[in-house]
Amino acid sequence: MGLLAVFAKGLSVTFRQMFRPRVTTPYPHEKRVKPQRFHGRHVLNRHEDGMEKCIGCELCAGVCPARCIYVRGADNPTQDPVSPGERFGFIYEINMLRCIFCGLCVEACPTEAITMTQLFEMSVTDRTSGIYAKDELLVGEDGTPNHAQPDGPLIDLNELTIADGWMRATAPSGRQAYEGIPGWTPSAGVGLRPPEQGQSTRDEQDGEDA
Amino acid sequence: MTDWIDVLIVVIKVVAAFVVMLVATLLLIWGERKLLADMQNRIGPQRAGPWGLLQALADGIKLFFKEPITPSRVEKRVYLLAPILALIPALLMFLVVPIGRPFTIGDREITLQAMDLNVGILFVLAVSSMAVYAVVLAGWSSGSKYPLLGAVRATAQAISYEAALGLALVPVVIYEGTLSVSGLVEGQSGQFFGVFPAWNIILLPSFAFFLVAAIAETNRAPFDLVEAENELVGGFHTEYSGLRFAFFFLAEYINIFTMSALTATIFLGGWNGPTWDGSLPASITWVFPILWFSLKTFAIVFIFFWVRATLPRLRYDRWWSWAGSG
Repeated sequence: MGLLAVFAKGLSVTFRQMFRPRVTTPYPHEKRVKPQRFHGRHVLNRHEDGMEKCIGCELCAGVCPARCIYVRGADNPTQDPVSPGERFGFIYEINMLRCIFCGLCVEACPTEAITMTQLFEMSVTDRTSGIYAKDELLVGEDGTPNHAQPDGPLIDLNELTIADGWMRATAPSGRQAYEGIPGWTPSAGVGLRPPEQGQSTRDEQDGEDA
Repeated sequence: MTDWIDVLIVVIKVVAAFVVMLVATLLLIWGERKLLADMQNRIGPQRAGPWGLLQALADGIKLFFKEPITPSRVEKRVYLLAPILALIPALLMFLVVPIGRPFTIGDREITLQAMDLNVGILFVLAVSSMAVYAVVLAGWSSGSKYPLLGAVRATAQAISYEAALGLALVPVVIYEGTLSVSGLVEGQSGQFFGVFPAWNIILLPSFAFFLVAAIAETNRAPFDLVEAENELVGGFHTEYSGLRFAFFFLAEYINIFTMSALTATIFLGGWNGPTWDGSLPASITWVFPILWFSLKTFAIVFIFFWVRATLPRLRYDRWWSWAGSG
């Protein structure tokens, strides 16, 4: 009889679940809200005046553990500079099929040129299309990421505007003196991303022993 | 003295039984996926047809178009024979189950039962034992480890639970006094004290044993160690693809349906139930026994699926020792 009671209890658990709501998100009619720092597809950002942020320093290619970034810098044409600096990213390609979406390139970039968005729908039909070139990675003049099907029925336009995979530190080097002071430049379409709470404000809210 | 009308009637009944089994299989496959999904807080098939009803059909068509790969080390003839050998007992067992009330056309009484044997229960037990042959032969002839292990486990499990299945039915047979399935159904037609239906479920231990043995007989969870996917890849049907796998799959679900139908027939009164013969015209009341039979069968099927969604699989030697054999 004890065995029967155990079985009955287990069976009642599964029976009860039939009347609970389902946790499945009916993709693609509905998409999940992704975390703020979701490691999606990369984009190359622009400054608010439209100049590209990438200065062609190749630090991202150097740090990439999967060696999927290919950068070649070139001198800025004096009459028509592309980036506010001496050089700009002349060739910029990322092989999305090799990328492991670790975000080290985002951490390495000195000008916050490369960030990760929340876009993840990147299916391609051949390997060559998996290599994203600069024209696919670069955001538009107003900061909108380049999406393959911007008018498609499955595209959530809000996702295109939240280019928000930026890893923000509370302060450059984490020092308390720099809390609340943004250590980055404004980007086209997004503006100046607000600084995050510092450790001290979190402690105030949670209490000293939090 | 049988003349061509009798032969025709039998042919029609057999074809109808075949259709019923196939449609029931499609329903069962869809129902299992949906029910298991409901119990696991997810949705299940929802794209193929309304509520995913055509999912089973889509799966069948897909299996039909798959390439049937024959590995090089198989024992060719036995390998090709095994799926057929799995399907034949499954199809045969349902023929003794009465779906509804017998009716008369002219001077003939036609039972909704393809074979009205007077040893129906014995026939079912005998044929269900033959289903093990298919599993064993499939596993052995595949020429690889996982199927062989699955086949060996199937043999041990079948030996353990065949006895339980048979012995569970002995009280019922003694109580009712007949081995014929239609006789069992008719014996459950009255009431106890005018209120409770005279179902054989009052033989509760018998019912419990039969249900458990039926779940073991059809190789369903928690007794599905024969095809334990996380242990044996696919068990005896690992090396089968395409239509041959479809046959095994079909045989399994037909077995589930037949065992549920038998449980409903032997213990829950079969097609007995209120038919409102007096108040409704005869053109409507013929539906009710079929309806009651279906309801009871699907209730047992629900129990099969419910148990699968809930109970874990025990180690195989524990199941056998629990059943009473070494």
